[in-house]
Amino acid sequence: MKPVNFLKNRRSVLALGMSFGMSLGLSGVALNAVAQSATPGSIVVYNAQHASLVEAWVEGFTKETGIKVTMRRGGDMEMANQIAQEGAASPADVFLTENSPAMALVDGAGLFSPLSAATLEQVPANYRPPHGRWVGIAARSTVFVYNKAKFTADTLPKSLLDLSGPTWKGRWSASPSGPDFQAIVSAMLELKGEAATVAWLKGMKENATAYKGNSVAMKAVNAGQVDSAVIYHYYYYSDRAKGGENTERVAHHYFRNEDPGAFVSISGGGVLASSKNKPQAEAFLKWITGKGGQDILRTGDSFEYAVGVGAASNPKLVPLAELKSPKVDPGKLNNKKVTDLMTQAGLL
Amino acid sequence: MTTATLPSTPHLTQRQARRLSRVSRLSWFAVAAVAVSLVALLPLGFVVWVGFQTGWDTVVALVFRPRVGELLVNTGLLVLLTVPLCTVLAVALAWLTERSDLPGARTWAWLAAAPLAVPAFVHSYAWISVAPGLQGLFGGVLVSVLAYFPFLYLPIAAALRRLDPGMEDAAASLGESPWGVFRRVVLPQLRLPIWGGALLVGLHLLAEYGLYVMIRFDTFTTAIVDQFQSTYNGVAANMLAGVLVVCCFVLLGLEAGTRGRERYARVGTGSARQPVSARLGRYTALCLVLPATVALLSLGVPLVTLVRWLVAGGAKVWNLPELGAALGQSLMLGLAGALLTTLVAVPMAWLSIRAPGRLQRVLEGSNYLVGSLPGIVVALALVTITVRVALPLYQTVFTVLLAYVLMFLPRAIVNWRAGIAQAPLELEQAARSLGRTPLQSLWQVTLRLAAPSAASGFAMVFLAITNELTATLLLSPNGTQTLATAFWSHTSEIDYAGAAPYALIMVLLSLPLTWLLHLQSKRAAGR
Repeated sequence: MKPVNFLKNRRSVLALGMSFGMSLGLSGVALNAVAQSATPGSIVVYNAQHASLVEAWVEGFTKETGIKVTMRRGGDMEMANQIAQEGAASPADVFLTENSPAMALVDGAGLFSPLSAATLEQVPANYRPPHGRWVGIAARSTVFVYNKAKFTADTLPKSLLDLSGPTWKGRWSASPSGPDFQAIVSAMLELKGEAATVAWLKGMKENATAYKGNSVAMKAVNAGQVDSAVIYHYYYYSDRAKGGENTERVAHHYFRNEDPGAFVSISGGGVLASSKNKPQAEAFLKWITGKGGQDILRTGDSFEYAVGVGAASNPKLVPLAELKSPKVDPGKLNNKKVTDLMTQAGLL
Repeated sequence: MTTATLPSTPHLTQRQARRLSRVSRLSWFAVAAVAVSLVALLPLGFVVWVGFQTGWDTVVALVFRPRVGELLVNTGLLVLLTVPLCTVLAVALAWLTERSDLPGARTWAWLAAAPLAVPAFVHSYAWISVAPGLQGLFGGVLVSVLAYFPFLYLPIAAALRRLDPGMEDAAASLGESPWGVFRRVVLPQLRLPIWGGALLVGLHLLAEYGLYVMIRFDTFTTAIVDQFQSTYNGVAANMLAGVLVVCCFVLLGLEAGTRGRERYARVGTGSARQPVSARLGRYTALCLVLPATVALLSLGVPLVTLVRWLVAGGAKVWNLPELGAALGQSLMLGLAGALLTTLVAVPMAWLSIRAPGRLQRVLEGSNYLVGSLPGIVVALALVTITVRVALPLYQTVFTVLLAYVLMFLPRAIVNWRAGIAQAPLELEQAARSLGRTPLQSLWQVTLRLAAPSAASGFAMVFLAITNELTATLLLSPNGTQTLATAFWSHTSEIDYAGAAPYALIMVLLSLPLTWLLHLQSKRAAGR
């Protein structure tokens, strides 16, 4: 046992003292940064949309208006429930989602502020709820992606409902924990009713492989680990644009025929009633539903559909009008019921 | 670390002195320690409270369902397979590096500790890049073993190094074969490090999120996050958290119940001689295969993957402003969290050395219980508590730091305790007799002497915070992006090239601290 070396101790004390000072200084900086996000005029966006897309929007918006935007990231339902709990004290000014059910939840809690006609007019009536408390900002379509080696044109499913049948055991996959798939189920619930949805989910628990994330499911289809997946359309296109590493053996199939599997989900944006920066928050929504924001959907690498009046989507996509999607009021989609049913079915 | 003996004072004097200082300081420190422990018990209290609030019928419906059974089987198998595999691997490696004439043993020893510098979720990121088909239980166990075996290797190697070879000689002289000596004499003496390390690995297995999401293996923790993402702090998430807490307590109970109370210190005068290294002879080449394979799988695979993705990504993935911001946030949270945790640990550690007793044991135990809770449980509790009753603290740096303190307090306490135990009480008394107040003498004498140990505790907490994912995701203020959360958001969009720089920085940041732990485990053996 060596005697304790005093010099060494002194050095450690010094090091400890230095780190003490440093961390105090740094936490001061951090606290300042946090305080800044609450300064009037800048807005906080609770963002459940893809970060890269909203970052592009924020960059364009801030450049044009000088209004600073702070983002918090999360999932659709996570943030919707979070806003509901925060209530009037919510730090959020704007809420952006990937799908409508989360918007419906916040709206149901009475936490959205009505949008001005100037903002609403920029989006056709079929891409926003009639009450005007939130608005569509982009759209995505359900798609069936499959491994080309495993299917021929006549063995492809005709309807999403087919996939709960016994012949599909072990043949398809999805990301049941994600808001995208839950939105598809909420459309099914709205279109086919509770009994049919419960039965379908039971079949799904038997048949489907669960992945965390749509892109992960598509990657597995490409690698031959599973035959097919029910996901949204843009994962395929954005992978093609990045070099197609995960789609070499993947093809896509749209259900059409107003099938639940042809569901087009509206991504929504709304201004919180509790916001202390309503003009800036509404300006942000107006910007992303206007020409600047919708152009980014056409030219960027998000491959989501544009929903603005007269706004064109990326030319590589199958035009939205050809998808023959079922008519669903986006304001009525109920995710609470869906997660309950999925929890019961053992999918969550 | 606590076993190093100091020239001790006569027993009676120490006891009297202890009683004296108890009177003057106990109340202060007891109050502080009780306060810390009460705060530490918040998450646990929360889980129980939610259970009561929810009502029995809902609890039954949400807990006793097939999905929970599936998760229980998954999590149970994971622990039952990984912990023994880690133990066997760690014992074999420790014996080879400490007790044999393996060529390059010092290098292999460092390489066996180094995988700790690679965060668990970076391990699985590397593995699914190399073997995209890897998944499920097999994948989970493989990656867990590679990521966590150093937790067992470090204490076992340290203990092996300081075993008195005299016992082994005695056994051999009584006719035991070399294998018999190892099995009946050496292995039983390794019980404490094996049990302690196994507990640590087991708790990590229960708490880890990122590793298992990427390898596509569902455990309680991943299922809780799934529920959280669908419902925020919904009842189902909290019920799963309750079951997970029970799992943690089962592990703690198992460890405490089977640890035993045998004496491990050597009896006799003089000092133990250096153990003789076993000669591997013609088996040398064969024995080299094990450490080489382990290093290849646990370090080679992450390294090759990182290089591959960095090359594939090129200059485009080095978004310096974003990387710099993430690094700054990680450093800030890591330093502030580690500092706070180290400070808060002082009263508890001091009490446990200078005034042990029933109160102290209960308090210390409660800190360890909470420290064993997974980040997701602590975060879930703090989210709900702050949003409902302590709104001014909601989404503040303070709450994240509080979560870190609760999760990592035991690491700081254990290290302080080792240091304070080595600081002679007499020096503190001398300071008192020269007119220093109790706090002054504590600060100027004892804490300074214990500072090296505290520094290693600081390093361990810092390391844990920079690699922390779930609590940071749930609790951090708006706009926060740490290295870990940035890495995570890139990998969840399967942008593996974009994630590589973050992973690289996390590894580089962790390397010096892992080196420190490696050195510390050597110093603990007095060499």
